[in-house]
Amino acid sequence: MKQFRSISAPACPLGLPNVDTDQLIPARFMQTPRDQGYGRFLLHDLRRDSSGALDAAFALNDPRYADSGVLIAGSNFGCGSSREAAVYVLADSGIRCVIAPRFGDIFASNAAKNGLLAAVVTDADLAALMSDKDVREGSNVDVDLESQTIRTTLLTVAFDIRPDRKQRLLNGWSDVDMTLSHRDAIEAFQAKDRIARPWAQTPVLRG
Amino acid sequence: MTTNSSPRTIVDKIWEAHAIVVEDDESLLWVDRHYVHEGSHHAFAQLAHTGAQAARPDLTFGFADHYIPTREASGRDGVRMVDLLKKNTAAHGICNFGAGDERQGIAHVVAPELGLTLPGLVIVCGDSHTSTNGALGSFAFGIGASEVAHVLQTQTIWQSRPLRMLIRIDGVLQDGVTAKDLAVHLVGRLGADFAVGYAIEYAGDAVRSLSIEGRMTLCNMSIEMGSRLGIVGPDDRLFAWLEGRPGVPSGDEFSKAVESWRSLASDPGADFDQVVCLDAREVEPCVTWGVSPEHVVPLSGCAPDPAKMKDELRAAAAREALAYMGLEPGDRMTDLEIDCVFIGSCTNGRIEDLRAAATVLRGRRAKVSGIVSPGSMQVRRQAEAEGLDRVFLEAGLEWVGAGCSLCVGMNGDLLREGERCASTTNRNFRGRQGKGSRTHLVSPAVAAASALTGRLTDPRDPSEGR
Ligand code: SF4
Repeated sequence: MKQFRSISAPACPLGLPNVDTDQLIPARFMQTPRDQGYGRFLLHDLRRDSSGALDAAFALNDPRYADSGVLIAGSNFGCGSSREAAVYVLADSGIRCVIAPRFGDIFASNAAKNGLLAAVVTDADLAALMSDKDVREGSNVDVDLESQTIRTTLLTVAFDIRPDRKQRLLNGWSDVDMTLSHRDAIEAFQAKDRIARPWAQTPVLRG
Repeated sequence: MTTNSSPRTIVDKIWEAHAIVVEDDESLLWVDRHYVHEGSHHAFAQLAHTGAQAARPDLTFGFADHYIPTREASGRDGVRMVDLLKKNTAAHGICNFGAGDERQGIAHVVAPELGLTLPGLVIVCGDSHTSTNGALGSFAFGIGASEVAHVLQTQTIWQSRPLRMLIRIDGVLQDGVTAKDLAVHLVGRLGADFAVGYAIEYAGDAVRSLSIEGRMTLCNMSIEMGSRLGIVGPDDRLFAWLEGRPGVPSGDEFSKAVESWRSLASDPGADFDQVVCLDAREVEPCVTWGVSPEHVVPLSGCAPDPAKMKDELRAAAAREALAYMGLEPGDRMTDLEIDCVFIGSCTNGRIEDLRAAATVLRGRRAKVSGIVSPGSMQVRRQAEAEGLDRVFLEAGLEWVGAGCSLCVGMNGDLLREGERCASTTNRNFRGRQGKGSRTHLVSPAVAAASALTGRLTDPRDPSEGR
């Protein structure tokens, strides 16, 4: 898994609440194999007008934010489906951190498995960041995971993250390796469970 | 710390029975059932990359639902994805209910009807509406592709314990108000992010008196409040519903299982981190006006006025939602002309939903086009045995195959830009049913009544559609 420790990059002020996973990547692109890259699908329909041209007023299309590594979003970012592709589109666009007052739960856990930091801030801090001078100008914003802080020239904001997700991001270990180090415990569970709950361990479809 | 002797919730009991390794921040849980679908291709690709094999293919089941063509007009694009699932499941020795299988259908409809989903099980699937299975007293939640790959390889999953929320709904639902209205009402009232981080247990008389199908509709939309899972404690109604299904133990085994399932119910006095109480009599037929499932009004209501909203970000979002939906503040919902209806999905594609729609449509003609897609081939056969297919066809609606179909449009079933649909699905996100599509979430009876008038319509209004 990909590690995350810190980043210093422009932060794009998106701000919208309830940006769902269907916005992050419309379903029609999800047949694409990952190795073809997902960056081009990021917020595909939301950042375009009805003729299909990029909407110049949309923050992500602004040249100031072309190299954003951070996205500042509204509440409930990544709500909706479990599609991990909603994280791929961000990661493949070079976004390493999304800041919001709340995240869709499955999105946040998918993020941690792909080296993307989902940083939870208060509504007041979100508003302050949205109007911060560095953010507005597209200057670098510093995000540090160990200390859980976001810094601009004028602001220092603390963010929240669940400890398990923080550890995953900091150490970048493979979950599967970690799990398989508990192989004996898993075997023992199965052996005991086969007797305790036969219906659970050996499903048979009759008829 | 909860000890085994203090009162526990159903969520605690299932959690503790499945925790193989307990660490400070998370536990390694045993997974009893893993459902995969065409969209799981990212996870299978991760396994192929390292040459890893599925650890317990016998506990894993494949379902062709998201991409499978459900009618001629779907086109054949989805077939490649259905074939890919077949190939991937075969490579790991996983049982797959694919195209042409009489058990094919939407995972969250088929797994319960086959009795693969049972009380007390931990169930995961790379789909957020896995919460549907919680209606059967299982701990069922959606996961992402990396987690799917992890479960395939280890049959376990790392999770941190969710907070526990009780939503108690007392009283009785008014006549003509359905489980779908209750679910949509809850999302509208509590909000799309209200239950993030919580596991919801639904309880109270109104929940107890829902059919198992109705409970599935309710649990289905838990994720629309941000909760990964919704659950209803097992009871006699459930045991009767389960008995005789192909995957349910029979004879003595069944009695033994029931005895153990009975003990799952939350103990009296068990602690919840949050409790919400609601009177079922307050619930009316509901409809969404906007692009988030929390954008809800009673069907008799009007589109809201952003100028009256206190939160500026929300007001801005509401203005954009109204513009996208082609609405003005104050527009009466029952004046809204629709272009089509969709009846189906894992929310409302079960037999009881089709019966409710058919009751409204029987002997009448729809004014707009519409698709009726049963949630599974078994539901399809049952509906045809009851003559419901005739009702839909004679009303002028399409009777199509089983799958996700127009709920998400991955199979090519799409609305055209600007088209307005009364849909029995669970998400009204921008573009969900096709680029520029406008979705109003409703119950099957409301969708049917709306098809008859060409406007959003309350099926209880006797002056409509005759
Ligand atoms: S019917 Fe719709 S909500 Fe349900 S699993 Fe399929 S796409 Fe998802």
